[in-house]
Parts: sequence; C-alpha cells; structure tokens
Amino acid sequence: MKCQHCDKQAVFHITELEAGAVRELHLCEDHARNYLNQSESEVETPEEAAEGAVGGGALTGPLGVGQTADELALLDQRACDMCGITFFEFRNQGRLGCPHDYVQFEKELEPLIANIHGSTEHTGRRPSRGPTVAGAEPLPDGTQDLTRVIGLRREMKESIALEDYEKARENRDAIRSIEDRWIGPSASTASEAPAAEMERGSE
Amino acid sequence: MKLESLTQSIGEWLRGTGPESDIVMSSRVRLARNVAQYPFVSRASEQDRADIERFLRERIATVPIGKGLEYIDVGHLEEIDRQFLVERQLISREHADAQGARSVAIDRMEQVSLMINEEDHLRIQCMHSGLDLRGAWEQIKVVDDQIEKVVPYAFHPRWGYLTACPTNVGTGIRVSVMLHLPALVITRQIDKVFRSLHKISLAVRGLYGEGSQAMGDFYQISNQTTLGRTEEELVEQVGDVVPVLIDYERRAREFLVRETQQNVHDQVSRAFGILRTAQTISAEETMQLLSRVRMGVLLGLIGDVKLADINSLLVRTQPAHLQKLRGMELDTNDRNIERARYLRQHFEGGDASSRVIAN
Repeated sequence: MKCQHCDKQAVFHITELEAGAVRELHLCEDHARNYLNQSESEVETPEEAAEGAVGGGALTGPLGVGQTADELALLDQRACDMCGITFFEFRNQGRLGCPHDYVQFEKELEPLIANIHGSTEHTGRRPSRGPTVAGAEPLPDGTQDLTRVIGLRREMKESIALEDYEKARENRDAIRSIEDRWIGPSASTASEAPAAEMERGSE
Repeated sequence: MKLESLTQSIGEWLRGTGPESDIVMSSRVRLARNVAQYPFVSRASEQDRADIERFLRERIATVPIGKGLEYIDVGHLEEIDRQFLVERQLISREHADAQGARSVAIDRMEQVSLMINEEDHLRIQCMHSGLDLRGAWEQIKVVDDQIEKVVPYAFHPRWGYLTACPTNVGTGIRVSVMLHLPALVITRQIDKVFRSLHKISLAVRGLYGEGSQAMGDFYQISNQTTLGRTEEELVEQVGDVVPVLIDYERRAREFLVRETQQNVHDQVSRAFGILRTAQTISAEETMQLLSRVRMGVLLGLIGDVKLADINSLLVRTQPAHLQKLRGMELDTNDRNIERARYLRQHFEGGDASSRVIAN
C-alpha cells in the first residue's frame, strides 16, 4: 500500500478515534513522523504529558520543552549500533530494542525516566556474578561486552546474505570469544546453521 | 506437565490461608530480567526467541530451584490451555497472546512461576496466600540469586536491571496484593480510596488483566515506580498501605452489619440463592455473586460454607477451567449452562434455610 501523501510504501497504519468516528491513515515513515509530531504538540498540554507519564503516555509524547520538530526528526533517525532500532521506532512502540539502547540513548531517555520514576539512579540490588574466565572484569561490564554480540550477530547475518563468508567467520569467532569469556565455552548462543553454511562457503 | 493435573488443586493464591486472608487473597512479587546478549523480545527474531528460551531453560536447570520446576511450552498450547494458565495467574494475558517460542516453569506448590519471553526475557513471579509480601520477597530473592549465578542479566550501574520498557527499569520489581473489598464497594467509598492510592503512586487493577473494571470486588494494588528506591523500600511501600485498607474494609463491613443488617443479609442470601438454583449463569455474574457470598460467610450470615470453597469456585467457574473440568470445549451458551450445573452440584442444591442463618 502506498502512503496517502506520496509514492513511498506506507509502513505506518494509524487508526484515529475522533469523537466516535474512526479515521484510518496509511503513511510512509517521513509523513508518519510529521503527522505524529504535529498531532502530539496539538493535542497534549504539558500537564497532560506529565499526567500520562506513569501510565506510559510519556513514552510516546514529546521529549522535552524547546525541542524543535527538526531536532526531533534528527533524533528520531538515530539508531542503536547493536539492535538497529531507531529512536522513532521506540517512541512509537514504547518498547526498547536491546539493553544497549540504555547506553546509546542515555541522554534522550534520562528526562523520560526521570518523569516516570522521579529518579535517575538505581539504588537496589546488583548482580554479584563475575565472569567465568579469571582476570576478566566483573559484571556489569559484562553487559557492555555481551550486548556487542547483538550487533555482531546482525553483521554475521548480513555477511552471509552477501556471501562474504570470510567476514561471517570473523563475526562468529568474535561472538564466541565474547560469549566464552562471560558465559562459558559450552554455551555458545550463535546458531549452528549459519556456521554450516560458512564451512561450505569456504570450500 | 499435564494441565489436567492442575485442575485438582486450586493453586497458592486461592488457598484462602495466610494472614488477613479474609481480605487479602494473595501477595505477589515479580522481577523483570533480561539476558544481556539478546535483543529484547519485541525485537528478537523467531530464531532469537527460540535461542533465548533454550538458553534460559538449560541454565536454570543447573541450579537448585531449577530441579523442582515443570515447564509448559506455552507457544504450542491450544488457546483454551493458555487461557487456563491465565485464570490460575501463572502466566499473564500478554504472555498467553504473544507470538513465538515461550514457556512457563512452575513449582509444585504453584508459588513460583518463571515466564520466559513475555515482554522481558524472564519474568520471575512468587505468590503467597494471604498477606505475606515479605515471605514472597524472601523467596523470590533466593530464586533470583540462584539464576543470576548462571545467567548474565543485562545490568547498568546507573539504570539498574535493564528492561524492554523503561517503566520497569531499575529494580524490575512489581509488588502487589490482591484484595477483596466488597464492603468498600457497597458503601461507595472505593473510588475515594483509589484516588488516594494514585496520589502515592500506587496502581489499582481489577482481578484479571490490565483493565480497570474489577470483577467481583477483587482489586490488585501495586507499585508504579521501580527506579530510585530499593526493592525492600518498594515492598514496604505496598506493604504499609495494606493494613490501612484492611482497616477501612473491616470498618465498612461493621458499618454494614450495624446499620443495614437486614439489607446486607438479604443481598447475601439472594446471591447465595441464585448461585444454588440458576440454570444458566455468566462468569461475570458468578464472580459478582460469589463475592457477595464470600462476604456473607465472613460476616457470619452464611454458615456451613468454607472460605476455601468459595475461592476455589472463583477459579473453577472461569471459562477455561470449566471446560477442562468438563473435559470438552463448550461455547458461551453451553458454558453458562454447565457453570450453573457445576454451582448447583457444588452447593448440592440443598434447601436454603439450612444454610442461610436465620435472623
């Protein structure tokens, strides 16, 4: 289906309920962003935004005072290096893509989290678990290291799709070395199927 | 695990025992956890979800608490079986309706359940009958500590445990109590109570699911925020308010008995009468009437009925339980007929005067 405003593919299908009437919109990513920014600033007063904070409304609402539409648009296009989710996608779904998003979007998430929880500092329990290899740093540094696997797995898939098996093998080895370090050698989580393909490709 | 075997018991939260169980049905603590090396569930591929499921299962099997768990492959269950687990509060509605590889592990007491691939990779839940938040917290801590030894949880020094939704980040804890508050409903004080709970950022939900419409005067009170306070502080936040609510409800019950004795007695007796004689009855009406009868039993207006029996009927008259007990699928009409039959049989259709205590 095409976007209602241009020839691009419509990827956002929005159903608006207005005074009992249902209106359907089919928009491409750009027009959807414009539409959502516009309707949010029209509809929501700051009090309403604050009111909705705890209920999840803040997740899709405007991020802060003084941000122009252009700034928002730029921010929205930023993507996570690991899982590839854009900030726009997060704002739409209200769900993050991977643990690394909290690092990648730390600045943007801060006001949002402050709004929801009234705090920006965890004071509760912490994992005490260390790595399985002696000498490695204890968690939570492990999280930083392990989330790289998410990006590497994505790269490996792309390499296989491009039939660049050399690169795919490098990706796989990198994944294994990170996982060996933090989870133990027995628990490699890289799928075996691509590995088989890689072996074939190298012949 | 055979789901049918579960129909023989009523599960922890309806046991009807534990402190303050005339008002507090159950106490529950849940922790949201994610594995660091995978995308969150909503962004995970089919392969990722299967890998996460397998990874968690294999790892948890190696620690002591893992030995006593039975796994149910939720992804391959029929809809009625998923509904059955929701009715028992062993999985959430979201988990039942989700897609892809997912499972739940349950201990024999039905106190501990581990949901794999709900909104987060792992949701640990611990439920105790009556008011026992501290006991539930102490138990879940042990479970979490053991799993943490073998699973690399996603954790950030500043943000705490990392969750798919920022509303759960930090401790990832949800502390809740299920309360039966019929007298506050009848005396129309319930809205006032809820407004004051919202002010101290506690959430109120109905018995099943996220909807605010509470069924049969059962309400779930839980914390809203998860970051900036310790788990103990959050357990206390919910725990501190419960005695106040219990006190309100008790006073409302006393008021009803003192001021409107005849009226209440009439309402309760009618509810009991309908349950014992109806030929067809919906799940909603059953809940509503059982709630009234439950209050009647507690006020001493109905004798010869045990609290645990009422609790058990609350879950056994739910759609999926009813069909499981009957051993066949039934449409809504047939379910209503079967439900009425089950209730009549349960109360033996005896003569009402022997059970409703005379004025």
